[in-house]
Amino acid sequence: MNVYAVRAIYRFEMARAWRTLMQSIATPILSTSLYFVVFGAAIGSRMGEIDGISYASFIIPGLLMLSLLSESISNASFGIYFPKFSGTIYELLSAPVSPLEIVLGYVGAAASKSVILGLLILVTARLFVDYEIVHPVWMVGFLLLTAITFSLFGFIIGLWADDFQKLQIIPMMVIMPLTFLGGAFYSINMLPPFWQTVTLFNPVVYLISGFRWSFYGVADVNVIISVGMIIVFLLLCLMAVGWIFKTGYRLKS
Amino acid sequence: MEPIISIRNLTKTYDSGLQALDNINLDIRRGEIFGLLGPNGAGKTTLISIICGIVRPGEGSVSVDGHDIVSDFRAARSKIGLVPQELSAATFESVWATVNFSRGLFGKPPDPGFLEKILRDLSLWGKRNERIMALSGGMKRRVLIAKALAHEPEILFLDEPTAGVDVELRHDMWEMVHGLRESGVTIILTTHYINEAEEMADRIGIINEGKIGVVEDKTVLMNKLGKKQLTLSLQHPLSKIPMELDDHPLELSADGNALVYTFDTQKKHTGIPELLRHLSQYGIDFKDIHSSQSSLEDIFVSLVREKA
Ligand SMILES: Nc1ncnc2c1ncn2[C@@H]1O[C@H](COP(=O)(O)OP(=O)(O)O)[C@@H](O)[C@H]1O
Ligand SMILES: [Mg+2]
Repeated sequence: MNVYAVRAIYRFEMARAWRTLMQSIATPILSTSLYFVVFGAAIGSRMGEIDGISYASFIIPGLLMLSLLSESISNASFGIYFPKFSGTIYELLSAPVSPLEIVLGYVGAAASKSVILGLLILVTARLFVDYEIVHPVWMVGFLLLTAITFSLFGFIIGLWADDFQKLQIIPMMVIMPLTFLGGAFYSINMLPPFWQTVTLFNPVVYLISGFRWSFYGVADVNVIISVGMIIVFLLLCLMAVGWIFKTGYRLKS
Repeated sequence: MEPIISIRNLTKTYDSGLQALDNINLDIRRGEIFGLLGPNGAGKTTLISIICGIVRPGEGSVSVDGHDIVSDFRAARSKIGLVPQELSAATFESVWATVNFSRGLFGKPPDPGFLEKILRDLSLWGKRNERIMALSGGMKRRVLIAKALAHEPEILFLDEPTAGVDVELRHDMWEMVHGLRESGVTIILTTHYINEAEEMADRIGIINEGKIGVVEDKTVLMNKLGKKQLTLSLQHPLSKIPMELDDHPLELSADGNALVYTFDTQKKHTGIPELLRHLSQYGIDFKDIHSSQSSLEDIFVSLVREKA
């Protein structure tokens, strides 16, 4: 294992976050705060409780997931896309590093940033709403697993994308809608039966439901199924990355 | 001695269908400066990129210091430093950060003292805290060299090192290359200028259309390149060269209509005046005369023909 290489990549990526502190930390925190003000305080005060939880508290796990998903994807995808775009990828390809080490460095850094961001959002939320975390260990587990899985997913997008538009299109056109329709702002029990069934094909539902369960002990779907779904998705991403490096797809001509 | 790089039957066809390398066989000797000489599009960058792991090899094999570049890529690559042809360097970070990154990436523990020495040698120490994107083209090239040397490679590839480079950097670079060679580093550089290969390399390989035509010591090759030919079109065809002219390196063309005299431009005496005197002495009249220098292309073609 080329530990020095993993460390070099990890540090490089973390340094990039520091250089772009406003973009990587401040922006997501600001936008989440706005959600709390608008949905939590302004609209939430006129909403009833859901599953015995005040609306403002109810939306916290979903909002956190929203940031976690989009930041993991955009961070990891940009991290590997930029060297391809600028040409500096030659160094990575010519270095004595295995695909595993490359993934550990890039995805590890992106996931770390997401987890830090998630924790900052939790602290920020505390300024607006009271909430409790019934299963803190599970909460951290979901946070880590989601950050890693979606950083890996973002990494794949970054490898696949050969222009900036492709880099944006999956997060914008797929992840955003899935997250908004994934029960961040409502319980899927509030939907008509037909739409409840449709929703079960949305993987983000499982994420948010499981995550919310770790906060309040109530869930739309069984928490074991939630964990299972994330792990399945993680394995799919791992297989995709393995295949990309094995074939050199979009990396080597 | 075992060659440090050994290339066997290497072929590469890009996905576009273009065959960039055609059955390359080449050994690079330990500690030499090898010049890979060939016109644009000959396949120089492709060959280097395959050895370094940037382009997928086709058929054939390459080993670096006994390590196969595919099955034992870690050992092979950790010995190699590459200065690419294109100017590309992560633009937002500092010079100091990028050389540290390069060293780590190649599996070496941090060594600030060593990196400082490299940056000083390349006149980059004063710029260590500057962002790479703020540097001039020449300075960026120096950064790429520093990055390639950061992990103390045993083999250094320089792909078209002097393209777009000012005199000062050129001079510094040659000095650096000779210094590295003295410390035992093997250097492979590509160029499409004959004089550059001549100036730098111990041995030269000529590549054209994906084929290696000739690999020779520089002196031998330069002799061949230095040859000129004088062609005399005869008034009356000859069936053979008269005995009296045996002393001159003459050849008769197939149809007997021309005599071809080969001489060395680097010698003081070309022997032409004597030849002309003898010709008139023996009554051999000629109607036309012209001279030509064998080009890289000629040598390449003649060598390929010789082999076939
Ligand atoms: N990625 C690629 N895809 C397809 N063709 C390529 C690629 N890279 C280089 N080529 C082609 O392969 C040939 C050799 O190119 P290259 O190795 O760059 O030559 P050189 O470095 O000697 O100028 C050229 O015809 C070039 O157009
Ligand atoms: Mg080239």
